[in-house]
Amino acid sequence: MSPMSTTALVGDPTTAPPRPRARRSRASRFAFLRRWVSPIVIIAVWQALSSAGVIDPRKMASPAQIASRAIELIQDGTLGSETLISLQRVVLGLVIGGSIGVLLAVVAGLNRIGDDAIDPPMQMLRTLPHLGLISLFITWFGLGELPKVTLIGLGACFPLYLNTLGGIRGIDRKVLEAARSMHLTRRQQVRHVVLPGALPQTLVGLRQSLGIAWLSVIVAETIGADTGLGAMINQAREFNQTDIIVVGLAVYAVLGLCTDALVRYLERKALAWRA
Amino acid sequence: MASLTAPPTSQTSETVVRVRGHDRSFGDTHVLHSIDLDIAPGEFVALLGRSGCGKSTLLRSLSHLDPTPAGEVEVSGRTSVAFQEPRLLPWRTVRDNVALALLNGPERKQRFELAEKTLAEVGLGDKLEAWPLQLSGGQAQRVSLARALVSNPALMLLDEPFSALDALTRIDMHQLVIDLWRRHSMAILIVTHDVDEAIALADRVLVMDGGRIAREWSIEPRRDNRAPSKPEIARIRAEMLAALGVQPTSANPNRTPLHNEGAA
Repeated sequence: MSPMSTTALVGDPTTAPPRPRARRSRASRFAFLRRWVSPIVIIAVWQALSSAGVIDPRKMASPAQIASRAIELIQDGTLGSETLISLQRVVLGLVIGGSIGVLLAVVAGLNRIGDDAIDPPMQMLRTLPHLGLISLFITWFGLGELPKVTLIGLGACFPLYLNTLGGIRGIDRKVLEAARSMHLTRRQQVRHVVLPGALPQTLVGLRQSLGIAWLSVIVAETIGADTGLGAMINQAREFNQTDIIVVGLAVYAVLGLCTDALVRYLERKALAWRA
Repeated sequence: MASLTAPPTSQTSETVVRVRGHDRSFGDTHVLHSIDLDIAPGEFVALLGRSGCGKSTLLRSLSHLDPTPAGEVEVSGRTSVAFQEPRLLPWRTVRDNVALALLNGPERKQRFELAEKTLAEVGLGDKLEAWPLQLSGGQAQRVSLARALVSNPALMLLDEPFSALDALTRIDMHQLVIDLWRRHSMAILIVTHDVDEAIALADRVLVMDGGRIAREWSIEPRRDNRAPSKPEIARIRAEMLAALGVQPTSANPNRTPLHNEGAA
């Protein structure tokens, strides 16, 4: 995927054309509620089937059981501490891997030699299914934090690299020329024109990197960890505690949504000029 | 034909621009042939020509946007450029865009004050915090002019700055440029393909053809006395059109004489 096509694929939902509003007034007031009807029905049916014994509790716990287990895990502090561990790994991997990706993109984007040196290996490496490297990382780094953070960092590196590089290459040459006509130094051109100009695309990359970081932490914790949400899920599997598995997955989903919302907030703040 | 480009009057000792035997070529294509050009301080020169005649290439040489061989192009003092498109940074406010031209100049606070003062001069004192994408084409071009002006250049280069604007906005901009030029007394070189624009604005008009300066005219009447119906102006206009290889047409009826000529 070229940087351009990744942009197109991601597409900002906030710029999507507004949904044509059906009958206004009272109908629209309940539109929000209407969208909750089918999820609630599904959960109700699920609960009914579990209570009737149609669904084997060893295969899938009932919604009520999952809810009570969630409360239990929150109260005894397990969920909080395991979540914090997973979150730490994601943040650490994202910060390290993402910074490397952006840095490499800046060097490759500003400098022909840098481009020749950096881009070919990056293009080759990014085709690797990076999640598969966890076995190699465990062999190299053992079972501590290092293999997990490395996996997350590696995954987060590429979207930020590709998008930032695409952003830098997409800078309007004419605006750069205007900066030169103002006698700005090379460094000032980078600081005031190149980097801010690439920022919209970099933020697109950040959102993709976040998604990959969460995916990576799940894999890393499931395969070689005794702490974190993934480990919690993995241990629960050995005892057929499907309620814990679902709670863990739900927390992953919520965290993914929260971090995505955070980036979108950053986008709104940083890209106010597009209004 | 370069010999036709005689240095202006007796100010040869003090020039803003001094070009001698300047050649430019891209591959096998010669774009500029042995250009000689002097521009005096505070002089307003128009460079007229068809597309591809080399006029924009000459402007780029003068602005140091392109490298030039040593000794061929000498420009004393600071240059600034306003392009056909405003070329503002969309992620910076109007004030920041103008202040950016002073980045290697005074302190931040003073940069902002100068930017605000210059924006007020171009009539945009109420748009300091606006984003460039919120401006009309004419407003954006005013910001671009302010940005070129704020660094107090000795030579302001205008590369077809008004050709993308509508006719009425263009007339406002002509008046604005003359007012700014009167107030700041920098030399201006405007590249244009509009004969009437050149006559309305400039002290001296050069027609370029095939990479050479083919002919030049001094426009003597004051700017408020350059009505196209005036015989002297009509004659110069016809000569310019002939030099450009165009059939003479009637002048733009929208054009009204400019004001604020001052005691030139």
